[in-house]
Amino acid sequence: MRKIYLDYAATTPTHPEVVKAMLPYFTEAFGNPSSIYFYGQEAKGAIEEARDKVADLIGAQNEEIVFTSGGTEADNFALEGVAFAKESKGNHIITSSIEHHAVIETCKFLERRGFRVTYLPVDEYGLVAPDDVKRAITDKTILISVMQANNEVGTIEPIAEIGKIAREAGIYFHTDAVQTVGHIPVDVNGLGVDLLSISAHKLYGPKGVGALYIRKGTKLIPFMHGGEQERRRRASTENVPGIVGFSKAIELARQEMTEEAERLTYLRDQLIKGLLGRIDHIRLNGHPIKRLPNNVNISVDYVEGESMLLNLDLEGICASTGSACSSSSLEPSHVLVALGLSPELAHGSLRFSLGKWTTEEEIGQVLEVLPKIVAKLRAMSPLLKSH
Amino acid sequence: MRDVWSLYSDKVMEHFKNPRNVGEIENPDGIGHVGNPVCGDIMELYIKVNDNTIVDAKFRTFGCGAAIATSSMVTEMVKGKSISEALEISNRAVAEALDGLPPIKMHCSVLAEEALKSAIEDYLAKSCPTKVA
Repeated sequence: MRKIYLDYAATTPTHPEVVKAMLPYFTEAFGNPSSIYFYGQEAKGAIEEARDKVADLIGAQNEEIVFTSGGTEADNFALEGVAFAKESKGNHIITSSIEHHAVIETCKFLERRGFRVTYLPVDEYGLVAPDDVKRAITDKTILISVMQANNEVGTIEPIAEIGKIAREAGIYFHTDAVQTVGHIPVDVNGLGVDLLSISAHKLYGPKGVGALYIRKGTKLIPFMHGGEQERRRRASTENVPGIVGFSKAIELARQEMTEEAERLTYLRDQLIKGLLGRIDHIRLNGHPIKRLPNNVNISVDYVEGESMLLNLDLEGICASTGSACSSSSLEPSHVLVALGLSPELAHGSLRFSLGKWTTEEEIGQVLEVLPKIVAKLRAMSPLLKSH
Repeated sequence: MRDVWSLYSDKVMEHFKNPRNVGEIENPDGIGHVGNPVCGDIMELYIKVNDNTIVDAKFRTFGCGAAIATSSMVTEMVKGKSISEALEISNRAVAEALDGLPPIKMHCSVLAEEALKSAIEDYLAKSCPTKVA
């Protein structure tokens, strides 16, 4: 069966051109960038070129980019790095209640180490209110971390406004931009951020590589201790093939981003309109306009998400859900709960995330298949008859 | 690479795709209602009892693939059993009949066992007083 992949927010296939660019760095240009002979310097050159490309895309300077093993490491690095560097100044961190686990769990770790964390609420669309950020600031606040766009519901946060508040208060500001870089324009100066996390595999690059943007002058302790790589900020021999692949992915994103965002927005709205029109008792989660071009997240009354996913999988369609039936906690998505959804609606959520190889025919296929799946599952739902 | 990678056994998928005994029984002798929306699983199980034997069982379930498959399986297993035999059906037996469940899904089989027990208790509560009288 032909597969229809609609989970690009989970991960993207590596672009064939990215793979092609990476290949020589496994065998021919295999050197350790710390070595002074030809092979080493060749690899070092490739890394610096990659650093230029990443920096350039987000309006940063070359030396403000540190390569990491991915978005999770970048988030951990930013939060722990600032917290431990600034703990003599204060112990308070402000974040939102809909952050990725890489931020939320790091905050919880820091709480166990004596830090205080404010988890700001969001409105029904998932938006953080800049005024709430302002009100949460105390003389002990050392860091604000709010994601640029939410990975589950696609809501784009007012980062520039929060950046202004952080700047005025003299507090470091981090944003997790894993879902945005390479998909919508990101400019570190326009946003007013000091730290920004990026992941390569969300933009058709390889897994296992990402970056943290660190504004010049920002104090944070190194994440890994060892050699002197990455200006002593992140020890470990660089993942040269991964970094080269990341760089190629950034280069392609730069060329295609504007047009691709337009194409995906059109397909996204086709899918949203189609689903809302064909299935009753269904709602869109997240903001209708301030939304990632590729994100569709819906909640379907009376049916559970995993059972919809399994049925979609039987039809060759890959999507995801905020239902936690497949995790050990059994609690539904913290994001959907923060948006005010009832547990039933949170368990009845589906996320379709579109990408480079998504076609109008594929969207049509989902619109054809999903209403039948919902009808079948509703027929066996104990929740329906009581309504 | 394998052709099919699945979280579930073929048997679970078979019951998920074609669940047996979906629906309600009119004038059931016992109803079991278990689970809660926070966990994402709600099961309703209906039984018809004749001469101390469960002659029919049906279910309605809101839940994941494992919840639907275990509901289907437990209703199959219970038909034709006496009340005391039915009370001995364990969650493990339901899971084994489905060729196993992933560890994080074992709670679904627990729910199926509880739904059955709850339906039988409902039956006993309703029927015993009249029997005594």
